[in-house]
Amino acid sequence: MDDLLNLLKENARESDDTLAKMLNTSVEDVRKRITELEESGVIRAYQAVINSDIITDVNEVSAVIELRIRPEREGGFDRIAQKVGGFPQVVSIFLMSGAYDLMLIVKGKNLQEVALFVSSKLATIDGVLSTSTHFMLKTYKDQGVLMTKDEHDQRLPITP
Amino acid sequence: MTNDSQLPPDFVAPHVRNLPKSGIRAFFDIVASCKDVISLGIGEPDFDTPWHIRARVIEAIESGATKYTSNLGSPELRKEIAAYTARSYGVTYDWEKEIIATVGVSEAFDIAFRATLSPGDEVLYHEPCFVAYAPLIRTAHAVPVPVVTHRKDNFRLSVAELEKCLTPKTKALFINYPNNPTGATLNHADVKALADFARRHNLLVYTDEVYSELTYEGDRYSIAAEPGMKERTVFLNGFSKAWSMTGFRLGFVCAPPALTEAMMKIHQYGMMCASSLSQVAGVEALQNGDDDIKTMRDSYKLRRNYVVASLNEMGLDCFMPSGAFYVFPSIASTTLTSDEFALQLLNQESVASVPGTAFGTCGEGFIRCSYATSMAQLKKAMERMSNFVKRHTK
Repeated sequence: MDDLLNLLKENARESDDTLAKMLNTSVEDVRKRITELEESGVIRAYQAVINSDIITDVNEVSAVIELRIRPEREGGFDRIAQKVGGFPQVVSIFLMSGAYDLMLIVKGKNLQEVALFVSSKLATIDGVLSTSTHFMLKTYKDQGVLMTKDEHDQRLPITP
Repeated sequence: MTNDSQLPPDFVAPHVRNLPKSGIRAFFDIVASCKDVISLGIGEPDFDTPWHIRARVIEAIESGATKYTSNLGSPELRKEIAAYTARSYGVTYDWEKEIIATVGVSEAFDIAFRATLSPGDEVLYHEPCFVAYAPLIRTAHAVPVPVVTHRKDNFRLSVAELEKCLTPKTKALFINYPNNPTGATLNHADVKALADFARRHNLLVYTDEVYSELTYEGDRYSIAAEPGMKERTVFLNGFSKAWSMTGFRLGFVCAPPALTEAMMKIHQYGMMCASSLSQVAGVEALQNGDDDIKTMRDSYKLRRNYVVASLNEMGLDCFMPSGAFYVFPSIASTTLTSDEFALQLLNQESVASVPGTAFGTCGEGFIRCSYATSMAQLKKAMERMSNFVKRHTK
């Protein structure tokens, strides 16, 4: 991946001026390259990595759902993934190797809501053989960002 | 605290009494007393030591690897060092006879000086440079002879300057590239010219290459790899910078068998061996640390670009250094001396840098800024420095 993408992955809010300086290029060049990345679909969105555990008014639970799917002749995974992906409760879908086929991350207001969504909306899709729901209890690290990182710099202020 | 002045002064050896204290140390005391300082004065990586290295040391403690090793260092580490110098520098050392694991590179050059220098021997070394070389040459009862490097040459050492300082007593040449504090590197022609100079005048060469993994542009060339140089070169390196292992205090020295044998005597009596746990860390670093180096190097490079562009934008002339994690901007556009600049920047903007004079008298007119700190901190520091420079421009 190129340096610009890596920098944006690390901090999507980095200013064009700083990006230009870091990449030893002009601000215009940075803007042009970002526009190209957006238009070609390489950059799909910009989002913040949030530590939900310390937001007190948060009203949300997350679960990992494992989906087993009946094998189909042509594009069965894609068909079901597309169907599942239509639900706004489903935030991620991955096709997996191993004991199950699709891994979803589903969000809801509470356990009941998610459980109901899984049993009434997901399990009933034609071709879904079984579901297995795992609720997330605490986030330690997300998107490469530690949620409990001690920011204290242990270095002496001046060293040779 | 004891009061040193109560001791009879003649208990201290004259050559140590006359040794100056590190200029960095004096500045450290001032900075340590200030609050909320953004420090660009730190000569060590801001990355944590890679986790796999720390994990291997934890395992080593659990398995009881806490005993002395061979004086020279564990065979496992020395074999790894031999493989590393061969693949990275193109110099092949015999792990049994030509390598010593030391307590940091600092111990390595200390034993190198003491094993090779006699009273009155002169050692050419270039300034601006790391603070320890001249004092340690003095404690070895030899004479450090500073050779100036210039901004116009991007602080590369020139043979013309060396020739000016040569005398019949010149025994050795000390070089350190990539360089602390300037970030300067040498190209292949420079290295060849220095090798030629050393051969022509029959000099021993010490080369401190602790920053060599942090080379951002161009290939790196060790003087030890030049024809006819291995037999007259003491190659010094360590784990602190490239693998972010400063606190492990692990370095190594490679030299021809007779020199290694001589250094080993001092190391054996004075140090016994480097910490066995640090040696385990060194093995892990050499076996599985290449990706860590690359990650850190890529990150430093982008920060370097940012800092150099920002400094030039605010009116402090700064060349783009190709190595280490320092920039050495000129402050000639301001009304201040190096010491004034560093002190007032600290007091007025809470940004710590190191005055160029800490690295030799020819460092006047420059400051050293380390960019081994987070982008968030660097951005704040550059903003504050820019405000400061505006107020102090000629």
